[in-house]
Amino acid sequence: MAVDQATVRRIAHLARIKLAEAEVPHLADELNSILAFVEELSSVDVTGVEAMTSVMPMQLYERQDVVNDGHIADKIVANAPASEDHFFVVPKVVE
Amino acid sequence: MTDLTELTLAAARDALAKKKLSAVELAKAQIAAVEQGRALNCFIVETPDLALTMAAEADKRLAAGAARPLEGIPLGIKDLYCTDGVQTTAASHILEGFVPTYESTVSANLWRDGAVMLGKLNLDEFAMGSSNETSYFGPVVSPWQRPGSNVKIVPGGSSGGSAAAVAARLCYGATATDTGGSIRQPAAFTGTVGIKPTYGRCSRWGIVAFASSLDQAGPIARDVRDAAILLRSMAGYDPKDSTSVNRPVPDYEASIGTSIKGKTIGIPKEYRLDGMPAEIAKLWDDGVAWLKAAGAKIVEISLPHTRYALPAYYIVAPAEASSNLARYDGVRYGLRVPGKDIIELYENTRAAGFGKEVRRRIMIGTYVLSAGYYDAYYVRAQKIRTLIKRDFETAFADGVDAILTPATPSAAFGQGEKGSGDPVEMYLNDVFTVTVNMAGLPGIAVPAGLSSEGLPLALQLIGRAFDEETLFSVASAIEQAAPKIALPPKWWA
Repeated sequence: MAVDQATVRRIAHLARIKLAEAEVPHLADELNSILAFVEELSSVDVTGVEAMTSVMPMQLYERQDVVNDGHIADKIVANAPASEDHFFVVPKVVE
Repeated sequence: MTDLTELTLAAARDALAKKKLSAVELAKAQIAAVEQGRALNCFIVETPDLALTMAAEADKRLAAGAARPLEGIPLGIKDLYCTDGVQTTAASHILEGFVPTYESTVSANLWRDGAVMLGKLNLDEFAMGSSNETSYFGPVVSPWQRPGSNVKIVPGGSSGGSAAAVAARLCYGATATDTGGSIRQPAAFTGTVGIKPTYGRCSRWGIVAFASSLDQAGPIARDVRDAAILLRSMAGYDPKDSTSVNRPVPDYEASIGTSIKGKTIGIPKEYRLDGMPAEIAKLWDDGVAWLKAAGAKIVEISLPHTRYALPAYYIVAPAEASSNLARYDGVRYGLRVPGKDIIELYENTRAAGFGKEVRRRIMIGTYVLSAGYYDAYYVRAQKIRTLIKRDFETAFADGVDAILTPATPSAAFGQGEKGSGDPVEMYLNDVFTVTVNMAGLPGIAVPAGLSSEGLPLALQLIGRAFDEETLFSVASAIEQAAPKIALPPKWWA
């Protein structure tokens, strides 16, 4: 399953990373090198094997349905590059 | 006392308890060492004022006879742990200037027990790397050098700042994290001790996430006892991490020096790789001989799916990373690079904010999770993970108490020597450590000798889930038997 340059551009867009055109061929080579490395896995017989979902046999517990935190809006926006009245500010999304 | 920085954590603790020195004296000595050690680039942020304030508080406690387990001990914190009011970057440009308003559970546990913070330690960007060369803040330099050479040696990664700082005696111990070997490989490269505990033993809350099903916190320390002391304080149940495990934390230090007579140590034949350097094979044989002499029973075991662990890791870890790192979008924290609309803002921010290796892994992760490939890559890799774990379970069910392997396939290398042409070359560093993360088990790296080039080499012990005590016991037997290795003179100071 070799990755071509169109796929690299598509993946970069899905990952929301802008790519310079000049980076595309090199990145395609690197991704193909990594995919060639993992190709070996296709030879393993995995019939009847369950995919791992939790590495330790544990049951997720339920938390108490209570308010245990809050009123920290100042802290939440403290690191925002742009905020106003405790809102995060972004470019206009809806016309 | 001549040089306070030469003490182990345990010795410093005992000297404080006996009032032979004060926490402020100790902190001052370490602050000076940190300043003199700047050529190693271990710290991204130094917090000397905070250290002195915490040390003064520790002295009050010591004077009042109310000392806590780590009272007055200066430590470094890997810059992947969020620290309240102190910049936390994950060594990434995208988080430069981020000042958390909360404290990670593990670092909070250390402060609860009286430890003193010296600063935030450098690492590979988002903990992705095996040489500390991917940090936005520049590579960390190992205090080790090849005799007669001034080539800069890498400290390993991703916890390279932690390992180099402990090795160079800039702190008495450090926090680290391990997703595929990021505690054990740098510990091995720097002649320090590093333990990755069982998945769930330490809380991940407040630690910048890389691959959530693999990440675990653990200490890097000067010796096995110090690692045991630190892990006891770091470990424990945390309701804020639903994968942390609610079981008591043992007194790990009590395991140090206990007899290993009658313990069964497994030697996995699949780890004897084709082309394994003779000195690594010899180190492994030495380890076997030491444990045999200490009364352990040695058995050969088989872990048949070993060779698939690293390729499966390079699907699972990037997949989880691509998802975890989606949060860095220039909106809530960190870097923001404007764009004509919000999509372009995301794309510009992430292109400028992430380094090459991080972008590469996000891309691979996005690819293997994308429509049409999810089953072929991700689900298959998770099935193989089940097989890897089953291999270990079979070995332990057959009566093996711990497994002995080399920690790394080679000694540390020079800056720029690996991975520049092909990223996979760098990934191979983790071939012996990554299986342990895939199976969620505890693993410890212990110094065991020097390479032909005069650089540290280590052995790894792998244990049953939540049986860190056996690892500390067997590791201390190796420590006793192994030749003592000495750091070169302080060329950096």
